[in-house]
Amino acid sequence: MAGNEPSARPRAPHLQVYKWGPHMAVSILHRASGDGLAIVGAGLFLWWLGAIAAGPEAYAAFVACIWHDPSPEISLFHQITNILGKIVLVGLTWAFFQHLFSGLRHFVLDTGAGYELKSNKLWSTVVIAAGVFATAATWLYIMAEAL
Amino acid sequence: MGDGTHLGKVRGLGSSGHGSQHWLQQRLTALGNILLVGFLFVSLIRLPLGDHAAVLRWASDPMVALALILMVVSVFWHLRLGLQVLIEDYVHGPMLLLALVLLNFYAIGGAAYGIFTIARIALAPVTAGPGGM
Repeated sequence: MAGNEPSARPRAPHLQVYKWGPHMAVSILHRASGDGLAIVGAGLFLWWLGAIAAGPEAYAAFVACIWHDPSPEISLFHQITNILGKIVLVGLTWAFFQHLFSGLRHFVLDTGAGYELKSNKLWSTVVIAAGVFATAATWLYIMAEAL
Repeated sequence: MGDGTHLGKVRGLGSSGHGSQHWLQQRLTALGNILLVGFLFVSLIRLPLGDHAAVLRWASDPMVALALILMVVSVFWHLRLGLQVLIEDYVHGPMLLLALVLLNFYAIGGAAYGIFTIARIALAPVTAGPGGM
């Protein structure tokens, strides 16, 4: 690691050399969605659990922060967090489905199947499309229920 | 590459010998997550989430509480393995050790908080509602 003296040894081409394809996208999305779930998702889940345990007032404060503040004069802070909360929840829904479908793809790849260029490209595309579709379907259902 | 030199082993270079264990645990916890996070997802969709009493009633059901505790174990185990790989890919040098220690604090601390909170909800004495006993 000392210094960056040039080496005569051949260097492995790095990511930016390759043309982007769905298989590369699904790979990095698996990592991104997993990390999002691991940090933001797990954190929000623990916050929610803590709010349930702390009682009705604490729970109402939690809901007022991340979803909807029912008071007539909503503070600027809650105006921002109400919007942010919905973006995060939609993002977590997408991350959940993306990581789930991509994880199922990995189970198939673990058997040694699906590495042929055509099927690999096909199933990578299917995973990305299914993640977006399931997220949209979930939130359409939630909004239909709310009406 | 071989197994590296003795000095290399002391410095943590080369194979740690835990690769297949990590791989298998990641897959087994992934199976657990499909079932248990799937259960949480369906529950969240169906619950009236703005109603504290309804959410509390749901979470204090013994079977639900048990499923939630199992989910916390499976999820935090799985995320520890996944974030470990992320850290190993992007963090190098002395910061690597610090990052991995912080990861363990997060995973173990988060799981402990989650399990304790679920137990607190499930084992809380039932408070009498208005007009109740």
